[in-house]
Amino acid sequence: MSIAAEQPAVSTSREPSFLVLLFSRGSVIAGSFLIALMVLTAVLAHWIAPFDPNALNIANRLQPPGSAAHLLGTDEFGRDVLSRVIHGARTSLAIGIAIVAFAVGIGTLIGLVTGFYNRVDMVLSRIMDGLMSFPGLVLAIAMTGVMGASSTTVVLALGIVYMPRVARIIRSAVLVVRELSYVEACFALGATRFYVLFRHVLPNVMSPIIIQATFIFSYAVLGEAALSFLGVGVPPTQPSWGNMLAEARTFIVLAWWMALFPGLAIMITVLGLNLFGDGLRDALDPKLKGR
Amino acid sequence: MIFFIMRRLITLLPTLIVPLFLVFTLLHLSPGDPAAVMLGADATAQQVQALREQLGLNDPFLVQLFTWLGRMATLDLGDSIFLRMPVMDAILQRLEPTIMLTLYALTIAVVVGMVSGIVAAVNRNGVLDQVSMTVAMVGVSMPEFWFGLMLIVVFAVEFRLFPVAGYTPLDQGFWACIWSLTLPAVSVGLVQAGFIARITRSSMLDVIGEDFIRTARAKGLPSRVVILRHALKNALIPVLTVIGITFAVLMGGAIAIETVFNIPGIGRLLVNAVARRDYPVIQGVVLFMALTFIFINLFVDILYGFIDPRVKNQ
Repeated sequence: MSIAAEQPAVSTSREPSFLVLLFSRGSVIAGSFLIALMVLTAVLAHWIAPFDPNALNIANRLQPPGSAAHLLGTDEFGRDVLSRVIHGARTSLAIGIAIVAFAVGIGTLIGLVTGFYNRVDMVLSRIMDGLMSFPGLVLAIAMTGVMGASSTTVVLALGIVYMPRVARIIRSAVLVVRELSYVEACFALGATRFYVLFRHVLPNVMSPIIIQATFIFSYAVLGEAALSFLGVGVPPTQPSWGNMLAEARTFIVLAWWMALFPGLAIMITVLGLNLFGDGLRDALDPKLKGR
Repeated sequence: MIFFIMRRLITLLPTLIVPLFLVFTLLHLSPGDPAAVMLGADATAQQVQALREQLGLNDPFLVQLFTWLGRMATLDLGDSIFLRMPVMDAILQRLEPTIMLTLYALTIAVVVGMVSGIVAAVNRNGVLDQVSMTVAMVGVSMPEFWFGLMLIVVFAVEFRLFPVAGYTPLDQGFWACIWSLTLPAVSVGLVQAGFIARITRSSMLDVIGEDFIRTARAKGLPSRVVILRHALKNALIPVLTVIGITFAVLMGGAIAIETVFNIPGIGRLLVNAVARRDYPVIQGVVLFMALTFIFINLFVDILYGFIDPRVKNQ
């Protein structure tokens, strides 16, 4: 991002029109609203949650929504479902952001290098293909199984699973950019490959990177939920939407609210990210306009 | 055509090596001594040492890797620590529910997804388009295991139409089996239908704008023939790619769904193996799924050649 910031002349003249273009789309407005809602919930969790998410109250267990000040009911230990959903936003978003940073950071680096250096490409691209030859969730479960369940292993496992997708897309974008005449001009002026790669190629593949980041975020939220649901993700001591659903499964016949609300929270977050990502892709890729 | 298939098979080899290597390394790095685990808590250090020697665990990494690759070549996945049976047998025992679930869900996903994608494309920007695309968008944003839980609440607990959980094996009758798998298959299938609908729509829109479609309409062909025979056939390749991916996602998604509905499939086997730290089973299942996935993609690749002769001659 710092590289893009060094070019104020270009970005200030383009940015307003791009933002106007972007936010003229209904899907982007709706998506941003849902994302903002979730981010605010996560940030303000301590202030807006009516109860301590881990406060036990056995006398009040499995209360349906709307009873005794528990708007969304209570779980099998009498913990307030609303407060747990609110605090779950913190866990899910934090882990999601960490996965995006990991997958997009390393994926971009690999994509840049493989798109630019043919010799490295031979080896690294085969490894990326190999990683992509696993159904994602299966690989992630195996990795968390070997490394032990924790938030860190979830980030590592899902990061490694999503990284090759980013790498592949950035690589193909780099393959296009590196043939453009301004890159040739840089080399003619005596710039090193490294300099051209980071100073000129990277800023020009920013759009696919940003689009990928949005979609990886939505996969990450779903992936974390699935791993935590299966008991190989976030440990039960920390409320996360996924492990709330794992507990809800046991009580599904008695207490539907334990399952409904964490799932809705996941859906709202992922829907927001998908809507935003779709709009962003359409705005950044004029070829797809009007779809 | 045979030449085309042969070429695909050869390019597959390097892709096969990476998962093999990765799975072996993963197991090699896993904490705990397999020999100690196999002998139980009251084994002496000497017994453990002897078994380590016997299992070749004291050999250098590369020697172990090649011995292991040799065993893999004969489809010997080793023995489960917990189940006391060969991993291959454990996998084969649990194959039926997973295959049935995947095929059932895939059928739902393809039929619902392609039909709504085509309808949306034909009625571009109309009411049907907007409704089906909104539903598809919401669908792809749901965790399928949560959708499964909600289906249980509505159709199993409230209306008592389907069983809450469990699996009826195929030998107790095909329809009984299908019945027991309906809720799980619908929950994964409909979510995947969302993806297929979106790609079908955009792929159809690409093709509908082409000259040969206008020609087909101009020569007076009925709309149905134009859409189904001319447009759909040409829009099929991206759709097929997504269906190939869907297969993999279904296998992965089946893990959570098998947990939700308590179906004794491969996914349950993997999750239980992780809980019991039964590493040979983890390794075997991961490898099995990776190989299945690779061969499905190969199959999809070969199908491209049949659908679009241009692919074959590239």
